[in-house]
Amino acid sequence: MTDIAASETGTTSEVLTTRDGVPLKRSLARALRREKMRALMLIAPLLLFILLAFVAPIADMLFRSVENNIVQNTLPNTVVALRDWNPNSGEIPGEPVFEALAGDLKIAVSQKTHTRLGSRLNYEQPGIASMFRKSGRKVKNLEEPPYREQFIEIHEGWGTVENWATIKQFSSKYTDGYFLSAIDRERTEQGIAEKPEKEQIYLFLFGRTFFLSVTITISCILLGYPIAFLLANLPLRSSNLLMIMVLLPFWTSLLVRTSAWKVLLQQQGVINDFLVWTGLVTDAGRLVMINNQTGTIIAMTHILLPFMILPLYSVMKTISPTYVRAAKSLGANDWTAFWKVYFPNTIPGIGAGSILCFILSIGFYITPELVGGTSGIFISNRIAYHISSSLNWGLGAALGVILLAIVMLFYWMYDKIVGIDNVKLG
Amino acid sequence: MAAKKSGKGGSAKNSATDKSYVRFENVQKSYDGEVLVVKDLNLDIPKGEFVTMLGPSGSGKTTCLMMLAGFEPATHGEIFLNDSPINMVPPHKRGIGMVFQNYALFPHMTIAENLAFPLQVRGMSKPDQEERVKRILDMVELPLMAGRRPAQLSGGQAQRVAVARALVFEPDLVLMDEPLGALDKQLREQMQYEIKHIHESLGVTVVYVTHDQTEALTMSDRVAVFNDGVIQQLSSPESLYEDPKNSFVAQFIGENNKLNGVVKGISKGICTVKLANGTIVKADQVNVDNVGDGTTLSIRPERIELQPKDKMDNIIEGRIEELIYLGDHIRVRMNVAGNDEFIVKVRNRGQKRNLSEGQKTKIGWANTDCKALDLVA
Amino acid sequence: MKLKTLMLSVAVGALATSAAVAEDMTIVSWGGAYSASQDAAYHQPYMANNAGVNIINDESAAEAIAKLRAMKEAGNVTWDVVDAVAADALRACDEGLAIELDADTQLAPAPDGTPASEDFGDLLVSPCFIPQIVYSTTFGYRTDKVGATPPDDICDVFDLAAYPGKRALEKRPINNVEWALLCDGVAKEDVYKVLGTPEGVDQALAKLGTIKDSVVWWASGSETPQLLADGEVVIGSTYNGRLFALIEEQKQPVGMLWDAQVFDLDGWIIPTGLSPEREARALDYVKFATGTQQLADQAKYISYGPARASSAPLVGKHATLGIEMAPHMPTDPNNAKNTFLYNYEFWADNRDDIDAKFQAWLAK
Repeated sequence: MTDIAASETGTTSEVLTTRDGVPLKRSLARALRREKMRALMLIAPLLLFILLAFVAPIADMLFRSVENNIVQNTLPNTVVALRDWNPNSGEIPGEPVFEALAGDLKIAVSQKTHTRLGSRLNYEQPGIASMFRKSGRKVKNLEEPPYREQFIEIHEGWGTVENWATIKQFSSKYTDGYFLSAIDRERTEQGIAEKPEKEQIYLFLFGRTFFLSVTITISCILLGYPIAFLLANLPLRSSNLLMIMVLLPFWTSLLVRTSAWKVLLQQQGVINDFLVWTGLVTDAGRLVMINNQTGTIIAMTHILLPFMILPLYSVMKTISPTYVRAAKSLGANDWTAFWKVYFPNTIPGIGAGSILCFILSIGFYITPELVGGTSGIFISNRIAYHISSSLNWGLGAALGVILLAIVMLFYWMYDKIVGIDNVKLG
Repeated sequence: MAAKKSGKGGSAKNSATDKSYVRFENVQKSYDGEVLVVKDLNLDIPKGEFVTMLGPSGSGKTTCLMMLAGFEPATHGEIFLNDSPINMVPPHKRGIGMVFQNYALFPHMTIAENLAFPLQVRGMSKPDQEERVKRILDMVELPLMAGRRPAQLSGGQAQRVAVARALVFEPDLVLMDEPLGALDKQLREQMQYEIKHIHESLGVTVVYVTHDQTEALTMSDRVAVFNDGVIQQLSSPESLYEDPKNSFVAQFIGENNKLNGVVKGISKGICTVKLANGTIVKADQVNVDNVGDGTTLSIRPERIELQPKDKMDNIIEGRIEELIYLGDHIRVRMNVAGNDEFIVKVRNRGQKRNLSEGQKTKIGWANTDCKALDLVA
Repeated sequence: MKLKTLMLSVAVGALATSAAVAEDMTIVSWGGAYSASQDAAYHQPYMANNAGVNIINDESAAEAIAKLRAMKEAGNVTWDVVDAVAADALRACDEGLAIELDADTQLAPAPDGTPASEDFGDLLVSPCFIPQIVYSTTFGYRTDKVGATPPDDICDVFDLAAYPGKRALEKRPINNVEWALLCDGVAKEDVYKVLGTPEGVDQALAKLGTIKDSVVWWASGSETPQLLADGEVVIGSTYNGRLFALIEEQKQPVGMLWDAQVFDLDGWIIPTGLSPEREARALDYVKFATGTQQLADQAKYISYGPARASSAPLVGKHATLGIEMAPHMPTDPNNAKNTFLYNYEFWADNRDDIDAKFQAWLAK
């Protein structure tokens, strides 16, 4: 409505006004304001809910990927004292730093925060956790200064340059350390460098997640397209039955379905037993179809199939059968009519289904965990590990941010290449 | 039904030979195995003729068209195109152009691509395609629309493109399935003339389906009136109007007054009929055979004389119920012989008439304008 | 009159419910047979002695530390007592998620008066951790698929020639790298010293690499028994209690390989941030549940060894099967000929680092 008004006033050179001289646009905006306010009121509860229950927690979680207050908060004086120390000197810091450390640590021990700092820094430098834990126990027994030798006495870790360098490196309020770890990089004396090859895993997993998601999406298209076509063209009664069968997986729990795939696919499972019985494979040559990528692809294709079929179906339902008839009457054979006329019109459905499947599968973790073995796991499995097991939430958050960015990037690319207007859910 | 023998108005000007180009032979069609949608259809269409299948919805006309196009198989019987049976020929090999009800322009292609599609699948070279597309666009007077998409066209433009696409590969036969149904009245009338004009200039055979009788009468060489899976009458528009063969056609084409009665006598093609209120009238014998049969008389409202000054074959009395002023004529609703939906059209010649509602007055008509047809309730 | 009775009974009912709500105590554990054994040995007797306390079982122990941390940050801790393995208890302690307590003053002494700290001994690995059971991660094998000479040495797991077929190992470095080093010629006492160096980790992974293609990696303790029962693997590691259930309760053709079993501890932690009343109640429960008799009672339902020395002589027969439980305990002298002690301190320091290498190795 406003668009029309704008384009109309755009064609005339002078500003249109109402009878009392108010510019027409302003007058219109005022008239529409009430409507906008009402619309806002209508969505307000949901908006509030989403902000509180979705956006805020996610934003908070993502913020952890750069947040790093803990060193400064726990060892404030030590951090200040360390400013003058140069890790490249090869020498451990001098007595003033240790004096500040003794003071900071005493306070930290009384607040029981020193072990938390230890576990935080342990992600960067293994061994620091026990250094803080042990030192915390003995810090009350420290005698008069100088402290340097006493600390090294308590734990030899205080005498190594690496540990001090780690403390100094992570003493700022914000850190890029988690993001560097998330792309298999680390900060060394020479600057940012790749981690040793044996520790590189995340980029590899991002790549595999992408590759498997694409494969799963493609198999969903291949399997879902004929079903959706059938659904859209069968008489109502049979198509309802078929629709129920398509939706059936939605009504069983994800875990049950995944476990069912285990029973089917494992080496002593139903499919292998059948193949051995028919003599297609020998007893020794039973196929490995689970605990690897094949298992992940099969189980996830099954789970995501409805997300492909439903958008495809709703798009196909709107394609008039007269298009194909018209194509045939114009001389196209069955294949040409399908490929040149029917198929192009289903592309919005394929687009919508693919976006759904791809984005869902790129974030999947429970199914790969159960049937993926080692070669079929996704980046999300590592995120889950860092959130629930290693408690390295910063790294988990950094991986999550990257995953989110990748999804948005794909969305943007899709918009550029195909156009998001070409996505139809029905 | 008796399509062949009723080919009375079949000598249309475009039928160069009497040899039939499209022939339906004893064609029957059923979708569910229980009901026949098309019952024993026989129809001959000579080359170059414009034949319209007209009928209410569900009368079987569209089914006939779909069988001819190849989208529905005939349950029984055979369809011939240029004397070869085509039941087993798939639609894309029949070479029949078709215009669909909603145009069925491919939404993902431009107008030029839509028009080039039939040429492309026939393997025509690119320059030839372009040349043909340009020519056909000129013909339908849309030379600037080549790059647009169907969604950007108005209804009338889309209609023309649909016709153009059905003609661009120069088929000998074009089928049109209610192509003007989606247009407003004014545009529809304009398009009727355009299609008629194209038909005349290209000389293609056209089979046209519609439920709009005006459209059928305006455009066709012959009209096949369908009802209940049977062709009720196949003849030229004029004879369809003037000489309906049964009550259905009489009621379906144009406006007609019905009077029911019993045949009391027949002589030389003129029946004597006694109406429900005892009045005796005379009528042209068309579709009654025996004395004592019930009959429905059918009289066109414009053929009735109100307050006749001259002597007429039949003069009876009725009562004026309602007067409706319509400019060029006045519609007078009367009660005649118990039928209070009896309409008389009085031409407006400018002179004052002393008509008023409730007034009793005489009406009259000629024997030949009143047809004695089969009885309908 | 009728109305009055009705109102009275409603009022009483309301009082009773509000009392019950006030006394709800949420205990987090692992679910399944393990929670059932705790319910029978601890919860039911405790509720019988403390009318009005209603114990609610929560089965989220697997991600307890993460959830506890989230609750702590949200400032709303809804759990009262949490069952955790020792390593997790250490982590919770470091993170300030569990309260520290003094064994001698806050836990019950043994019946003969031995203070709790002595009764538990070395098993008090963290001031936040109250040990409950000793379990071990060890191997079970299919008796019908290993020929005439069943495996009796941990290194048989690495011997694909003598025992062909798939193995089930846990999808984490802990235990696996120790076993690998033991079978690669490293002396038991040197294992952690070797593992402390990057070369040691490489060595362990290289040894594991010799069987990598034949390994099914498990994430949950229930997987190995299923894999053994289905015949998917010939030999696999899991918790000894799971194997006991598989062999004695489900009568599957599976045998135990106790060699180099790795002892681990499971016990209680009490979250920080509870109200004083709730904390006092949680302490009271833990004091009761880790008493000598209660720990011995749990062994009637599941084959895990009680953490107190004083409980061992009291271990009796299985509650339903009626068999002696002592021979099925990981601590039984016949089973514990060669055991391996899990080094908590080492893993607390190196878990993330070695895990990263292990996962990178696994993924490729």
